[in-house]
Amino acid sequence: MSEVRTLVIDGKDVAATSDQTVLSAAEENGIHIPTLCHLEGLSDVGACRLCVVEVEGSPKLLAACATRVEEGMKVTTSSERLVAYRRNIVELFFVERNHICAVCVANNHCQLQDQARDLQLTHFELPPLHPELTVDATHERFVLDQNRCILCTRCVRVCDEIEGAHTWDIQGRGANARLVCDLGTPWGSSTTCTSCGKCVQVCPTGALFEKGRTVAEAKSRRPYLPYLVKAKRQGS
Amino acid sequence: MRSGKPKLATIWLDGCSGCHMSFLDMDERLLDLADRVELVYGCLVDTKEFPEGVDITLVEGAVSTEDDLRKIRQVRQRTRTLVSLGDCAVTSNVPGMRNPFGPRPALDRAYLENATSRQQVPTEVVPALLAESLPVHAWVPVDVFITGCPPSADRILEVVLGLLDGRVAEAAKVSRFG
Amino acid sequence: MSTDGPDGSAPVRHGRQPEPLIPDGPARASANVCQAAGCLSMGSDQLFETLRAAVLARGLHDVAVRRVGCLGLCAAGPLVEVPEQGRLFERVHPGEPKRTEDLVSSLAGETVAGRSVAADPFFSHQVKVVLERCGTVDPERLEDYVATGGYEGLSKALTSMTPEEVIAEVVRSGLRGRGGAGYPTGLMWRTVAKAEAPEGKYVVCNADEGDPGAFMDRSVLESCPQQVLEGMAIAGYAVGAHRGYVYVRAEYPLAVKRLSSAIRQAERDGHLGPEIAGTRFNFQVEVRIGAGAFVCGEETALIASIQGGRGTPKPRPPYPASSGLWGCPTLINNVETFANIPSVISRGGDWLNTIGTERSKGTKVFALTGAVTNTGLIEVPMGLTLRQIVFEIGGGLAEGRKFKAVQTGGPSGGCIPESLLDMAVDYETLAAAGSIMGSGGMIVMDDRTCMVDVAKFFMDFCREESCGKCLPCRVGTEEMYRLLDRVTTGMATRSHLAQLEDLAAMVRATSLCGLGQGAPNPVFSTLRYFRGEYLAHIDDHVCQAGVCPVPAGPPAGATEAALAGTATVSSGGRP
Repeated sequence: MSEVRTLVIDGKDVAATSDQTVLSAAEENGIHIPTLCHLEGLSDVGACRLCVVEVEGSPKLLAACATRVEEGMKVTTSSERLVAYRRNIVELFFVERNHICAVCVANNHCQLQDQARDLQLTHFELPPLHPELTVDATHERFVLDQNRCILCTRCVRVCDEIEGAHTWDIQGRGANARLVCDLGTPWGSSTTCTSCGKCVQVCPTGALFEKGRTVAEAKSRRPYLPYLVKAKRQGS
Repeated sequence: MRSGKPKLATIWLDGCSGCHMSFLDMDERLLDLADRVELVYGCLVDTKEFPEGVDITLVEGAVSTEDDLRKIRQVRQRTRTLVSLGDCAVTSNVPGMRNPFGPRPALDRAYLENATSRQQVPTEVVPALLAESLPVHAWVPVDVFITGCPPSADRILEVVLGLLDGRVAEAAKVSRFG
Repeated sequence: MSTDGPDGSAPVRHGRQPEPLIPDGPARASANVCQAAGCLSMGSDQLFETLRAAVLARGLHDVAVRRVGCLGLCAAGPLVEVPEQGRLFERVHPGEPKRTEDLVSSLAGETVAGRSVAADPFFSHQVKVVLERCGTVDPERLEDYVATGGYEGLSKALTSMTPEEVIAEVVRSGLRGRGGAGYPTGLMWRTVAKAEAPEGKYVVCNADEGDPGAFMDRSVLESCPQQVLEGMAIAGYAVGAHRGYVYVRAEYPLAVKRLSSAIRQAERDGHLGPEIAGTRFNFQVEVRIGAGAFVCGEETALIASIQGGRGTPKPRPPYPASSGLWGCPTLINNVETFANIPSVISRGGDWLNTIGTERSKGTKVFALTGAVTNTGLIEVPMGLTLRQIVFEIGGGLAEGRKFKAVQTGGPSGGCIPESLLDMAVDYETLAAAGSIMGSGGMIVMDDRTCMVDVAKFFMDFCREESCGKCLPCRVGTEEMYRLLDRVTTGMATRSHLAQLEDLAAMVRATSLCGLGQGAPNPVFSTLRYFRGEYLAHIDDHVCQAGVCPVPAGPPAGATEAALAGTATVSSGGRP
């Protein structure tokens, strides 16, 4: 049972229900907090850290997507420090793998690219890590390009939580963490994949894409997810 | 050299010349720009030696060879405001795609696997590749970055005019990779 | 009582270990042979059998030969203590018969040899609460534990105290979490006790000790697992839980074996299981074995791992105290915290409260390692100075080297310089010095240690152990490692140093869990006290300790590669 909570976000008095996150309360009130791993309709993991906010009385920054509102909370969503950290975060995403917008299928409809634009990043100072990664084009309709993957796990969650197949997961750890199909099999020989394509639709970058489409056509349809969630709830 | 107008230069390292093409896409506005600057070096100027005392240099392309490195060091020494023009100069972009596996496989691909005759990797005239193809600012300090592949003519003009008018900070507001 | 034949010649019977020799009456002398991992690795199991055979052969009927847990002075193993004589026999290698002969003649009362324990500062400065029975009881004999007052605390709690009284006693003791963070134990217990739990609660013992150089929890589990189980059962009673898990890393097979054996024995004798001590309280404990990930010491990752999932952390809140294992309120304490509990209950919270400093009560177990003479396992009252620990208990630096720093708190900790050696050790002073108490690793470093190299070592550890879930830790630790590597190889400029500091601040502030948040600490603390060493590498290409491969002469391209990334001149493309 949810109860009403009142809190202050960026100096603005805000009312929310106790089951809401800081992120959803902020968005409802027209306060924009940048996100990457969050996607409406999926569970939240707080992994990309772009949405970290300052909460008065908390010594640590909290991920707005994974923090429930509390009575009397005082939240700051965009201090100078937070903006600097977010720029660092986007820079780290770009230097982690070979994100080369010019030759990426998601060019001009990539959420990582958008974040760089919104945060006015002009260049990266940290040395690129440049790992040698693979492209899995064994599926008849889709492709996984590890070079573009930011490990947001949206695909993992949509496959598990909405489609119910749990084809995707993460293997390895640290810089060796990789998106993996089943127990490491090529996507084309997956025994669990239903070829529904939800993972492709929710991918924020060009890591998962449909074959045979030009860059201009390859646009994902991310906002369709809430309808699926609703349909699934009503169907069950 | 005789006029008191700011001196503009352009240089092309490891890139596709698309940024220079985009520069030319300013079309008739090039004439306005020509009124404000003196073009002292670049693909459009028949000058062999990069001159001293350049006010603004636009660099296209990543630093990929020993020759690129020699050039950019000299350009930096002789330029007041160095501008990385386009994603190759800013991020190493497409030239940087060889970095994960190194220069040798790239050379083999170009000169052996894809060659239909006289398959051999050149050792004369063609400058040696560096171990990694890197952005300009990995080697020399860069003052202004113009992202884009290529950056639009509008964006280039905006930044150059901004620099002429002393508005450096504006460059970031029109940033977009790809 | 031994059931062996008089010749003592049959040490192994169908895979079972030979029984200890315990005389019918009081023993005139006992040979307590350390069977913890350190001494075992030097053959103390074989030593036990040799000694046993020798004592039997000489017909010393009033001499005991027993297996015990860690005797502490690990540097000098295999160790045998003869408590009746107050003597410790060091380096009794089974391959050196003379050592064993000396020991046996001492047991026979013919000579007096060995190191005198009472006068030795290694022992005299220690106060044993957690390690009270380490080195005195046989880790695999419940009867040893019970004979030394074991399970009295549990029995007292169950028969004469309410759960709230138990919690009040823990609060009164001032005990704080020994896993590192120092959260007040009583407060955490009360939070779990008050949590609504329609589907039950859990008690979890965190034995996923993974800091480099740390072996406190392992030693406790290998030496006296019953004490930890008793602490867990008391906690279960206090918070209203009936199930407990010990999450122990797979790299500790001996601890797992002894713990499992301890659980079986405790269940057999009614100290665990249903109707404990004749009351209606029941409590079951299971062992869960980790799969080798450091991050699983983080409580939310530990929970995920126990549940059978990938061991990655989750954002807190919600804290496990309200939503932990399978969403139920869960009390998570570490091995050492639980090992404190039986004494707190049987002797009272006020007793523990008299030990220690104003805000840090009781004792702390440290694994004292590195360039110190007496490496080993120690337990000291909070508030002892680092100088006392290093120079009196530790016996100073080995080989007469010069002290440089002491590292506490593992990969999330820091390096403390000589100027702070007189600091009284507790949670607050260590934090103020830029380190942390941590779980108790204490690595002493001499003048042959390069502090940049130390920072790089710990960063290497963190990047290996980062789970990869959150970006700042996954990529930030890797980038920091590369920047540190540039410093140690003479490829760095001052702007790299500035980059390193900015990145460290960002990773600390934005990472999801304690691993990432703590990963920059070794960088911060070495920069705070040893910045000169960083600058010597960068500006002068000098590694004062002679560890790093900095090439002589000024760095190539250092002036121009001001923002340089991986830039290196190499004509790798020339065929």
